[in-house]
Amino acid sequence: MHDETVILIAEDDAGHFALVKKNLWRMCATTSFMHFRNGQEVLDFLFMRGDGPVITPNAAYLLLLDIRMPKVDGIEVLRQIKADPELRKIPVMMLTTTSDPAEVQRCYDMGCSFYIVKPSIYSDFMAAVEHIGELLCLPGVQVPQINLPSTGDNPT
Amino acid sequence: MNHDVVILIAEDDEGHFALIKKNLARTGITNEVARFTDGQEVLDFLASQSSKPVKSKACLLLLDIRLPKVDGTTVLERLKADDLLKRIPVIMLTTTDDPREVDRCHELGCSMYIVKPVEYENFVETIRRIGLFLSITSIPEIGKGDLE
Repeated sequence: MHDETVILIAEDDAGHFALVKKNLWRMCATTSFMHFRNGQEVLDFLFMRGDGPVITPNAAYLLLLDIRMPKVDGIEVLRQIKADPELRKIPVMMLTTTSDPAEVQRCYDMGCSFYIVKPSIYSDFMAAVEHIGELLCLPGVQVPQINLPSTGDNPT
Repeated sequence: MNHDVVILIAEDDEGHFALIKKNLARTGITNEVARFTDGQEVLDFLASQSSKPVKSKACLLLLDIRLPKVDGTTVLERLKADDLLKRIPVIMLTTTDDPREVDRCHELGCSMYIVKPVEYENFVETIRRIGLFLSITSIPEIGKGDLE
């Protein structure tokens, strides 16, 4: 993955976020990360709404997405991203505690790249994040650049 | 990844296929592997899966782009246009790093796009990391319709 690719992490649990970031950082030290505490923050960023940070044109992004989050859950975030002709190119990896097969199927049907269940044992969780990082920081992994979202349902 | 997930590998290069299979196995992935040497074979296989009413097998596809008869991009496009088969995760594993190709494949819905390293050691390492990554993923069953 190229250094300019930004890894977006949507995770309301501060402990999980710290763990994910620390272990990804060990693998991909030159990559930048952004943290979102709920689904609304991710949507505001990607669809350029609200007063917070917004996406940079022609940058490449990859999203690690929790499902159970306040305000807007991960499923809805996935749905909106994959419904946008431009943003749908962003690879989205679900990283969640839910292992329900119906949820797994639903996320793949909606276009997630991969669905990963967070292991409940601490060392297994660390190993899992390490495997994610080891894959993503391979130079051969190609993530497309994103132009501005072409959304038409922006109320502003 | 469950043990009953079948790994489909569409790869016309004999040497590359052997390397992929061997090095996935070295990461502890003992899943059944099915090989396809051209794009038409993949489409035929997928059509046979799609037409079976009750099928609960889970699949994952490693897809080369430069394939005889039907290329990988076309295979990806057909797969993602099928209501049942679209949930199969597809990893593009190819020699091309053309940004337009990367863009197109992500637009069509590939899960990951990975360029095959030319150098042997790097190729082996790439497959090792794919294997370790796949071991922590959940892969959906196809053909069961809605579980809900």
